[in-house]
Amino acid sequence: MKYLLRRGAFYLLTAWAAITLNFFIPRMLPGDPVRSLINRFQGRISVEATESLYILFGLDEGRPLWRQYLDYWGNLFSGDLGLSFAYFPTPVADIIGQSLPWTLVLVGLSTILSFLLGTMLGIWVGWRRGTWADGLLPVTNFFAAIPYFWIGLLAIALFAVVWPVFPASGGYDGGLIPSATPEFIGSAVYHGILPAVTIIISSMAGWILGMRNMMVTVSSEDYVTVAHAKGLPERKVMVGYAARNAILPNISGFALSLGFIVGGTLVTEMVFTYPGIGYMLYQAVGAKDYPLMQGFFLVITLSVLVANMLADIAYAVLDPRTRQEA
Amino acid sequence: MTTTQLPRSLDDPVLSARSLSKRFRLNRGRHQYLHAVDNVDLDLHRGTVVALVGESGSGKSTVARLMAQLYPATGGSVHLDGQTVKAKGGRRFRAYARQVQLILQDPFASLNPIHTVRYVLTRSLRIHNPGLRRDALEDRLGELLTKVHLQPERFLEKFPHELSGGQRQRVSIARALGANPRVLLADEPVSMLDVSIRLGVLNLLTELKNDLNLAILYITHDIASARYFADETFVMYAGQIVERGDSESVTQRPAHPYTQLLIASAPDPDALGARDVDLSSTGEPPSLVNPSAGCRFAPRCPSVMSRCRTESPPTFSLGDGKSAACWLYEEGAT
Amino acid sequence: MVTAVEPPAVTPGATTARRSRRGSTNLLFLRNRKTVVGLILLTFFMVLALIGDVIAPYDPSATSPIGLQPPSTDHLLGTTSLGQDILSQILVGTRGVLVVAFLAGALATVLSVLVGITAGYLGGTSDEVLSLVSNIFLVIPALPLIIIVTGLLPSAGGLTIALIIALTGWAWGSRVLRAQTLSLRNRDFVEAARANGESTWRIIIFEILPNLTAVIASGFIGTVIFAMLSEITLAFIGVTSISDWNWGTILFWAQSNQALAMGAWWWFVPAGLCIAGVGTALTLINFGIDEFVNPRLRSTGQNAKVLRAKKIRARVGFTPVLRDTTADRKPPRGAPPSRRTPLPKEQP
Repeated sequence: MKYLLRRGAFYLLTAWAAITLNFFIPRMLPGDPVRSLINRFQGRISVEATESLYILFGLDEGRPLWRQYLDYWGNLFSGDLGLSFAYFPTPVADIIGQSLPWTLVLVGLSTILSFLLGTMLGIWVGWRRGTWADGLLPVTNFFAAIPYFWIGLLAIALFAVVWPVFPASGGYDGGLIPSATPEFIGSAVYHGILPAVTIIISSMAGWILGMRNMMVTVSSEDYVTVAHAKGLPERKVMVGYAARNAILPNISGFALSLGFIVGGTLVTEMVFTYPGIGYMLYQAVGAKDYPLMQGFFLVITLSVLVANMLADIAYAVLDPRTRQEA
Repeated sequence: MTTTQLPRSLDDPVLSARSLSKRFRLNRGRHQYLHAVDNVDLDLHRGTVVALVGESGSGKSTVARLMAQLYPATGGSVHLDGQTVKAKGGRRFRAYARQVQLILQDPFASLNPIHTVRYVLTRSLRIHNPGLRRDALEDRLGELLTKVHLQPERFLEKFPHELSGGQRQRVSIARALGANPRVLLADEPVSMLDVSIRLGVLNLLTELKNDLNLAILYITHDIASARYFADETFVMYAGQIVERGDSESVTQRPAHPYTQLLIASAPDPDALGARDVDLSSTGEPPSLVNPSAGCRFAPRCPSVMSRCRTESPPTFSLGDGKSAACWLYEEGAT
Repeated sequence: MVTAVEPPAVTPGATTARRSRRGSTNLLFLRNRKTVVGLILLTFFMVLALIGDVIAPYDPSATSPIGLQPPSTDHLLGTTSLGQDILSQILVGTRGVLVVAFLAGALATVLSVLVGITAGYLGGTSDEVLSLVSNIFLVIPALPLIIIVTGLLPSAGGLTIALIIALTGWAWGSRVLRAQTLSLRNRDFVEAARANGESTWRIIIFEILPNLTAVIASGFIGTVIFAMLSEITLAFIGVTSISDWNWGTILFWAQSNQALAMGAWWWFVPAGLCIAGVGTALTLINFGIDEFVNPRLRSTGQNAKVLRAKKIRARVGFTPVLRDTTADRKPPRGAPPSRRTPLPKEQP
């Protein structure tokens, strides 16, 4: 319990750090994005909008820094993340609200699936060391070295252009309106398969390698030999003894690499024009839509923190040693 | 360095411990302490060997490290030439290390595998003799290795993994000698060596003791080697000294029940079947976290009395420099 | 990227095998086939980075009226929709990619060494503070942060990118180094050096650091891979300056010109293959280091082959466990059974 409390405190601290970072970055960089934006829109911005922008970026204005900081926090708590430049005057929060579910579903499911598949494959390959299964490793390595988006491009080329099995872009059929109808959901799933497969294939490699290395290390431990010598069937030893111990670092590694995975999946969305956060971020960067970019960063970071917390809880449940820490 | 003078007497000890105690704090937040060393008095004289005998967990290694000032004591003091020492680091510590050196137990772990013998010994010489340069350095290196009976030409360029256990231990001894110390604290120097090698290393230590007039603290779990090698023997149990005296009488006529148990436990091929002490006593090893108020050996003692469980015995002198901390030796007791 | 999740246990003996007999131990490292392949591949790309712009047949930015063309004898990798030679673009782009990647890797490694080893050795409050800082950087997702920072900058050249990547990606290495330092700190030889009178900074630099070289090298390579992928991604998104040629930039143009829809596979496949090539090369080298440091990973594969030749199905850590169903339980005659001696009858 103490372990979880400590971790919880850490995540709160990190969240604070991320938010503060978000606050400071535009202020530290050269150039004045607000000014350039105002110039661009030539007076079509309302006073409140300018206010909001200055709170976000706080440039000149004459207000002391700490004041701006407090206002920033105030805005956050009321859900005001500023107004988007590119989709002016839509509030950033709205845009995020629309795209977040897509990403959560796609990324969430794909990551979990790839973790499960990768881990199982890793267990199997690690167990069968010295056999042909080892030959899989260089292939896996190769895949681990390729950026996600390239596999996405390849997937599109193969399965959407050459053999038009799957749609090349979009989250759902253009003609449909998002609703809870089976038709829409079916279309959404259909459109989601290719991006999901891309993510799964790209990130699976990491899990396989990690799991396999751990299995090799664990399987030479004495307690595994004892289990085997006791006469337990091989599968039981592999899963109940070896895998159970080998998986622990993988879980904590899972939490840590979430940041990286999120990055990769974002880019995959960009490739597939999937209407999730990744794609919207891509648009935002292209349009120099600073408030939107900042909003996305915040949401992404906080989501990763939450996911990390969940992974920590899972770790505490699985590894009795952490529970015994007291 | 604060100075408190101990009363001077003949044949002053070069290094002594007075009421030395060390407790380790467990688990931040909970006020639990591991009492590793409790009230230890020890004297080391030049040209003599003092053995500190005990089983694992008795605190003997901690005593060595306390006397080497590797970490501070939580009670009592260490005295060098009669003056209290407290050297945490920096120049003070180095000056102390010049006088008092430590040899560790594991020959395979106490030498950094990436450094040659030359590097190890050079560092030892350079730390304590700054300004030593090439030719003089070479001479000193050769001297050190010769002193531990290793040929310089053969061994200077070797890596630890190319040496046997005995050879490594000799290199560790040479490293300690590089500081030209007056005191050598040897923490189980031969416990991890093959039995046939042990004698050689112990003889080397005797030779060095005589040649350099060293004071040696010999820590071991093997009481038989204490008899062979040491002049005086201290027996430790659960962080406390339970018996002391000259090695011969401690090992041949042990006073404290624990010492008797130790001696009797050594397998003696000539005495199969015959037992003087009842070894059937079981009981748990002592808990150092919550030491009981009474004698710490009481749970395992074959001669335990009701008093033993409630009161901790002081040290009773048995004459001729011998003493034991046991209620059996209180005047008037059986 | 999750490579080896648990840092390999640093067996001090492993590094020594590298030092003694200077000549033969380098060979020991190289004897690993994977490493050799990796090194050759990496050298190939490094050479390209050096001479790329000299051997490129065309100016990568030069347009020509021929438009989008598949590979031909004139243009080995085809052309873009503006008639630019893709082969030249790749050749010239190699340098940008590798320079930024290695620079970022080096910077990040220096940072992680400083923070990690200090935190591990000093312990106490300094450790708490440093660990906290590195944990925060670890958890905050790197790529979005890089994207944001680069996006907010008016213009981002190679050096800036390298700096930003280094500042976001150092934390992983420092965590690993801290863990290793903690375990090394308690080793006897460190205590012995202290007892001998060695000063703290000398212990850190000369006793602990050399034992960490394998871990540091492995971390460096991992960071280089990360840096390369990040920088390519940045270029792909269009965040970095488009004037410098970079494999990611090639993909950027491919994407914005709908290369996929037009079926112009030659536009984006070569760049991806190159990225994968460098990445694989580095990973193989990393594998080599891994197996070198952790002897278990190294030898079990070979042992397994030996056992299989003797028709024993080795599974559990390759200590063949024999299920002997005969009633007679006499031990085998001859030499006392060792762990690797195959026993006569085997029933899985």
